This record gives sequence, C-alpha cells and structure tokens, in this order.
Amino acid sequence: MKPVRVLEGRAVPLERSDVDTDQIIPSDWLKRVERTGFGRGLFSEWRDDTTFVLNQPQYVGASILVAGPRFGTGSSREHAVWALMDYGFEAVIAPSFGDIFRNNSSKQGLVIVQLALEDVEGLMAAVKEDPSRLLVIDVERLSVEVPETGWRRTFVLDPMTQERLLEGWDDIGISLRREDEIARYEVTSRAHPLTDVFDASGHARHP
Amino acid sequence: MAGKTLYEKIWEDHVVTAPNEEPTLLYIDLHLVHEVTSPQAFDGLRLNGRRVRRPDLTLATADHNVPTDPLSVPVMDPISKRQLEVLDENCAEFGITVFPRGHENQGIVHIIGPELGVTQPGMTIVCGDSHTSTHGAFGALAFGIGTSEVEHVLATQTLPQQRAKTMSVTVEGTPPAGVSAKDIVLGIVGRLGTGGGAGYVIEYRGEAIERLSMEGRMTVCNMSIEAGARAGLVAVDETTIDYLRGRPGVPEGDAFDEAAARWRSFVSDDDAVFDAEVTLDAAALVPFITWGTNPAQVVALSGVVPSPEGVEDADERNTITRALEYMDLTPGTPLRSIPIDVVFIGSCTNARIEDLRAAAEVARGASVKAGVRALVVPGSRRVKNQAEAEGLDRVFIAAGFEWREPGCSMCLGMNPDILTPGQRCASTSNRNFEGRQGRGGRTHLVSPVVAAASAIMGRFASPEEVNA
Repeated sequence: MKPVRVLEGRAVPLERSDVDTDQIIPSDWLKRVERTGFGRGLFSEWRDDTTFVLNQPQYVGASILVAGPRFGTGSSREHAVWALMDYGFEAVIAPSFGDIFRNNSSKQGLVIVQLALEDVEGLMAAVKEDPSRLLVIDVERLSVEVPETGWRRTFVLDPMTQERLLEGWDDIGISLRREDEIARYEVTSRAHPLTDVFDASGHARHP
Repeated sequence: MAGKTLYEKIWEDHVVTAPNEEPTLLYIDLHLVHEVTSPQAFDGLRLNGRRVRRPDLTLATADHNVPTDPLSVPVMDPISKRQLEVLDENCAEFGITVFPRGHENQGIVHIIGPELGVTQPGMTIVCGDSHTSTHGAFGALAFGIGTSEVEHVLATQTLPQQRAKTMSVTVEGTPPAGVSAKDIVLGIVGRLGTGGGAGYVIEYRGEAIERLSMEGRMTVCNMSIEAGARAGLVAVDETTIDYLRGRPGVPEGDAFDEAAARWRSFVSDDDAVFDAEVTLDAAALVPFITWGTNPAQVVALSGVVPSPEGVEDADERNTITRALEYMDLTPGTPLRSIPIDVVFIGSCTNARIEDLRAAAEVARGASVKAGVRALVVPGSRRVKNQAEAEGLDRVFIAAGFEWREPGCSMCLGMNPDILTPGQRCASTSNRNFEGRQGRGGRTHLVSPVVAAASAIMGRFASPEEVNA
C-alpha cells in the first residue's frame, strides 16, 4: 500500500443517501478474478444516465467523492473500494459509512472522512457553486480544507488506521510480527481441525 | 463489577494479544471461503510468498455464481466458470477442503456451516460475505470481512479488531399467528433503520427469540447487517444443543456432553450491561413486506405504499421519492393489490428445510398464477435431499414452481437467475437494493409463506388468502 499524507483534488457531490455497495459495483462485476479494472464498473447502472453526476464534464478528473449518509452499506465486497480507487478516487467524505466498507477502505488506502451532516451539505454546496475548487485532505493533521474559501474542518481516524495510511503499512506484515504469540495461543485453542470432520474428498467422516 | 455479555465472553476467549494503542489481535476458529471474495486474496498470498496458516480451520464452497440448472447442464458463463475453477485450484494448492458444484456438502456458505455442525457456540467465524452474521444464532461471534481481511485470515488465522459496542434487541412476548422469523427481523430492521446497528454487535433476546427454532434464529441473525450491525447473537439454550447433536462436525458420546456443558456458558450474565437497549413488543408484529429500495423500508403486508408527504426531514423525503420512482409505486396503493412477475424462495435468509416446509404447505394443492415465474432454490444439497425425501419437491412442482439446484441464485443475481428490467419480485432474500436481483428489477422482501401465497395469487398475498 502506498503511503498517503496529503490529498489535493477536486470533488464530486453525490447527493444520495444509502449508497450501498451493490450500487457502487453491481454484482456482475464480481466474477472477475483480477484485482484491477473495476473502475469501469463503478456506479455502472447509474452511469448509463447521461445526467448522472460522474458524467458531467465539470467533474471529470475529480479525486474526492462527497456523498450522503450511510455510504457503503450492505454487501462486504471489497470490489467497491477497488472500483472507487481504480476510477481515481482517493477519498470519500460523508456523514456516515457502512462498517465493513470503512474497514475495507483502510486496507487499501482509500481515505474515509466522516463529517457532520451540515458540513457535508456545506461542502457539496461549495463544490456545486464552483466545481474547480480544490479540496485538501491532510491525513497527518486530520483536516479537510477548501483553501479558496478558508473553510476547514477536522475529522477523526483511529490511530492505527491513520498510522497505516501515513506509513503505507501492510496489515498482514504487522500481524505476522506476532507469529510467536499466535503460535502460543494455538496451544490452548479449542478450534477443532476440519480434517477430523471431512476426508480428503470433503466427505463427512461421520455422516 | 457487572457481569459479561455473550459478546464479551467470546471476545475475551479469542484475544491473541492486545498491545497498547493497536487493535486487538483476535483468533479466528473457522474461516469460510467462497469463489467471489477469495481469488484476489489467494493471489495476494502467492505474490508475497505466504502460506495458509491453518488450512484445517478453513472451509470452502461454491455458492454465489453456481447455476441452479440441473447438474448435467455445464456452467455457460465463461467468467463464472473461470471463477469456480479458480476456487478449486486455490483450494487444491493450499490444502483447503472445498465443496464444488454437485458435491454432497455444497450449498450456500451460511447454510452448510450450521447443517454440518462446524458452526458451534463460542467460536469466532468469519467469511468474505456480510451475511456471516447468520452463524451468530449459535452463540458464535460471526461477521463479514473484505477480501484484504480474507487474505489476512488465510495468512495469520487472526484479525486485528476493535471491540464493538453491544446492543440488546429484546422481542418481548409471543408474536401473533402467521408472524414468522422473517417478519420479526423485518420489524427489527424497520425499527433500527439501515444504520441503527452500525458499530454494534446485536444480541437478540426475549421470549419471541427463545421460542424460535434454530432456523428461525438464523433468519433473524442473518439480517443483522441490514440494520448496519456486523454481527448478531442469540444465547445458547437447549434448542441450540438439540440442533447440533448428531451433526458431522460435532463430537459424539461423552465428548458431546462435555462440549454441551461448555456451550451452555455462552449466554450473557444476568447482570451484564449493554451499551444500548432496544425493546419490541412481539404482539405488535405483523407479516411485513418491504416497499422500497433498502431493507428498512418496511410496511405491513396489509398496509399501503407510504407517501413522502408530511415527512419532515428533506433527505428522508428525497430517499422515499427516489425509491417510489425506482419501484414504480404510487403512495396509498394497498400492497396486496400489486401484481408480481417473479417469486424467489431461497437465499441464506430463507432456504433452510423449515422455510421450504412452510412454503410447501401454502403451495400444496394450489397453482402458481399464470404468467408468474416461481423459483424454489434450496440452500444446500443436504436441504434439497431432505426436502425430496419429504416429498416437498413434488408439492412445488405440482403447483408450478421450478425446483432448482442449490446456490445463492437470485438473491444477488450473479448466476443466470436474474430479473429483467421492470420485473417485480416477491423474494425471501435479504436485500431490496436497486438492481440487486438484476438490472432494473424490483425486489420486495417477504417471508417464505408470503412468497408462496403471492406466487399463487399473482400479487402480494397472505397464506390465508390462498384457501379463501
């Protein structure tokens, strides 16, 4: 994962609430076995509509998505994060997020910025007024700014997520440093091996 | 000091290490894998030269995009075919037990774990699927994860986790006749909203929950995520123990009694304190149906399509208006007057044997309305075999339902079972999102008996109407 310190870019206002992960990336895109190329599937059912906000020329090339409450609810598909990032988004700003989506985002370096509803609405209005306005998200200082207007808000990230973003750390690498402790736990673990339940062909030993 | 909640007991049992200022490293007892959220995780392992730490605690099945056609029909969609092959290849390479299409133990991942007895009380269970919450019915901490986390569990058998808040949802008293587990959970999701459970693990309690069968409890826990909660739990009792006895993954004889004695400890202490408490009166529950495009948009089956007028919050008003437009519905229309095109009885919410028995009772001797397509997709091969042994397949087929092979099917439309644009479906699944069952499709979530009755009446209907 690439380290993320300061993001600077234009924003797209997606004025919808409850944007679930089925909308972000519809299920026909989930059959792929690769990790790239999902950007073409982002909001694919909505993008057929020429008036959809992502199709409007003034928002082409924007790297920050500003959305309504409960963004990313529903299915656990990490493909939603891959699609947003493959399309070119580096951060999503919304009043609230689905828990699994938030987790998935932190693993990939998509920055999740949760602001109060009135702040998100204010930001949307500022972007609609002038879509060329730049936003600056500072992961170190945990702030969002519109330098042109002087608007500035702070947001919260748990310290681990923030550190991981800043350092570009891989979660698995971090946990594998704890391998001795994992092995120690396993000595008394009650998890029972499935090899006792199924034979090599997956037939139950005691049907 | 206050006692512990069930969640806290399971959590504390699984802490590998809890370093300062870092999330707790939680041990995972069972990792369930399917073809859709795993290929990129296995790829990640290969790229980094990592192994699967505990293939013997990992179990895979093909479910999301298996066709439900007879097994003699090959997988037509080349991309689905490839994804299914890749699952088999990955499992062979890393030494993981897998149930491919046609295998005697194959089925929807959240149906097979419990029926094989590998889902047990007190365990931590994860899967790259948000409906993993289903397994919480056994007093197990079970939740959905993303593909990066799948890779993490494969490599380490652990997950870094922050402790969740706890919420008790108590359903007091007994529900009226005709109210199923699905109606209970639709009532709960309608009450909490799609975000009400976010950040919480819910424990379902109260007389109405205690009286449910394990199948019913699984239906309730399954839809925890629809209220935003990653996990749902039900305390262990004799219903849990009786369900587990004799299943392949469960010990026998004295070892069973020992296990059962330990399982009985997986209940919240009497003096445990929850971070939030919600209470519902079971007597006030009715058969429910969703009218909109999120699972909290619920009304009584006997009710009418709601109106955005008079809703104060502008955001909420817009959400309702948009949903009405997508669903092509007019406020004030009685739900029971709305004609349907398709009925889907299936999914990890409602495709267990008890669901099929209930639907078959409604369908027995009746006929699916001309012009309606009605599918019954058992949750697993074992469910299918059991249903056939009881003659349920013949009941459905005689009534004009399609009796299909097991899989996720039309719940999420990754296989050929999809709605065409504009089609309206009475579905026993869990999500009514735009396009979930096929582009432009309109989904109404209902219980198995309401789905069966609707198939026969050609409109949303309650079972009483079938024989009237």
